[in-house]
Amino acid sequence: MKTGERIPLCNRDSSPNELYGLMFGIRTFEQSLLDLFQRGVLAGTTHTCLGQEATAVGVFSALNLELDCAFSNHRGHGHFLAYCGEAELLYLEVMGKPGGVCGGRGGSQHLQHRNLYSNGIQGGIVPVATGIALAEKLKGSGAVSVVFLGDGTLGEGAVYESFNIAALWQLPTLFVIENNGFAQSTPCALEVAGSIRARPEAFGIPTTEIRTTNVETIRNETSRCVDAMRDGAGPRALVLHNYRLGPHSKGDDNRDPAEIRAAWDQEPLKVLRERLDTTEVQLMEAAQTERIGRARERALAAPRYEY
Amino acid sequence: MSTKDMSERPTTVLQSLNAAMHRLMAGDSRVVVLGEDILDPYGGAFKVTRGLSTQFPDRVLTTPISEGAIVGLANGLALRGMRPIAEIMFGDFVTLAADQLINHAAKFRWMYNEQVRVPLVVRTPMGGRRGYGPTHSQSLEKHILGVPGLWVAAPHALGDPGSLLEQSVALEDPVVFVESKVCYGRFLTRPAELRAEEIRTARSPFPTLHLTHRGGSPDGVIFCYGGMAPVALEAVERLRDVDGIRVDLVVVAQLSPTPTDHLEALLQRGISEVIAYAEEASSSAGWGAELVATIEEIRASIAPRRSIRHLRIGGAHTPIASSKEMELHDLPSAELVAERLLECF
Repeated sequence: MKTGERIPLCNRDSSPNELYGLMFGIRTFEQSLLDLFQRGVLAGTTHTCLGQEATAVGVFSALNLELDCAFSNHRGHGHFLAYCGEAELLYLEVMGKPGGVCGGRGGSQHLQHRNLYSNGIQGGIVPVATGIALAEKLKGSGAVSVVFLGDGTLGEGAVYESFNIAALWQLPTLFVIENNGFAQSTPCALEVAGSIRARPEAFGIPTTEIRTTNVETIRNETSRCVDAMRDGAGPRALVLHNYRLGPHSKGDDNRDPAEIRAAWDQEPLKVLRERLDTTEVQLMEAAQTERIGRARERALAAPRYEY
Repeated sequence: MSTKDMSERPTTVLQSLNAAMHRLMAGDSRVVVLGEDILDPYGGAFKVTRGLSTQFPDRVLTTPISEGAIVGLANGLALRGMRPIAEIMFGDFVTLAADQLINHAAKFRWMYNEQVRVPLVVRTPMGGRRGYGPTHSQSLEKHILGVPGLWVAAPHALGDPGSLLEQSVALEDPVVFVESKVCYGRFLTRPAELRAEEIRTARSPFPTLHLTHRGGSPDGVIFCYGGMAPVALEAVERLRDVDGIRVDLVVVAQLSPTPTDHLEALLQRGISEVIAYAEEASSSAGWGAELVATIEEIRASIAPRRSIRHLRIGGAHTPIASSKEMELHDLPSAELVAERLLECF
């Protein structure tokens, strides 16, 4: 299998330092994409997960990365990096180059690597992920299928068809619903009626709601869900509240700057960094910055398609 | 009508499909069947799945009324190495699964750079003449033709529907398998007085059936598929017996991608002055329109001085009425096909 410059992954035993390192790696990657867009190096668009790194690292560090499957969405770089760490392959993909993880065909929103998939259609990925859970259940593999939804995705009917079937057939699907506060430019209050949590619960899906950006809490709660599912307990839902620090895509942000500034006080890296040794953090950050930088430079130097 | 049986015992389209479903499930534990109301004793609205849930209870899954999720689940199953066969009870409901077909099933293999396969079959009955009205009678397949990565195949009573289904399941890519709801009860027969030849190629694996009159070149050709095959055949027989006009019949099984190589082979055999394209949907932006364009491109290349008169024959460009008389009037009949052709001579 092709590979390139990678960032180290985390599991259930990873220390807070290591969890921080992976989150920092994801953030560095995402910020560099915005920078590359500004420099005119990238075409198309990108949806960064700035502020949502704890979801990616918390969820994937709780999984069996050899066995479990995941379906990500349009905001999937963090999920991809927390799954396989292949920063260089992702850079190449976003740059539309032959060496990309999908040969540049998919780009930012359409990734596939081993047991990880992503697609840019809101809602449509949810029944597919439920079908993956069905396949793994029929095969008796013991794998669980994780799918990432946002608050905006809750407007799509396919989500509820999937809740219904996953519950009816007791499929090992983990619905991770990230409420980052916005569907593109529309605040949650204008697009989600009632309760988010009550939605999977209405189908009999045990649902855990977490209002924290603490990566360890997310890892622990995910682990509990995954362990139950592996024991045959049927689907689970995890509702996570966080805040999208960056714009929806590149520069399209009309939010109140004061609101965004306030969110930076709660963001997952800051929350965790306060508990860590400053020197170790600095060393960790330097190593990740160097790694991501190498991945970026190698990807920039790689050949483009020529026609 | 002079016909001969293709097998020792007369078999209907429904029996052929149902037997193929049983063979597929017995022969490959990766085959999973899912759809609405498919469990015994009901066995599916049109009974193609009858008996399966009794014999293979773990791999026959009856679903809620969720066509999008049915095809979505099948996509997930296919991505993970299973061989799902999904049933959409009425072809009209395929619109509810359009996102799964177009933005998921058809794209995965290519956009993931050939790292995955999506061996998925969506079976669904299309067509009218049963009095089911505007939302249970349509032939919507024209709306899913021409999608890169998506195959559309149609069995018919002049071929072998069960084999076509087995072929579809064996393919590594998603196939929408368009059955004709009025043809389920038809016996598999071919007219003895016409010579039958099948064209199939590696690039276009679903066979095109070419039925020709013996001795000399024909006056015209009718292209058709699925439920229009018996209608077009009746028109061919009428034209021959009543009007003394010899019209060949081409029954296409591969609706998409257009089997261009089959069409080339047919045109190499001879270029007819009149070609009709008979389809049940309205012919606007339809299957026949694509065939006219493709055949014209081939003709311009191999016989630039010749010309062909093309004739699209389809249903009325309106929704399909519930009224029996109105429906039968608006859908193309053998009389209509024969009359339209007759105008060309």
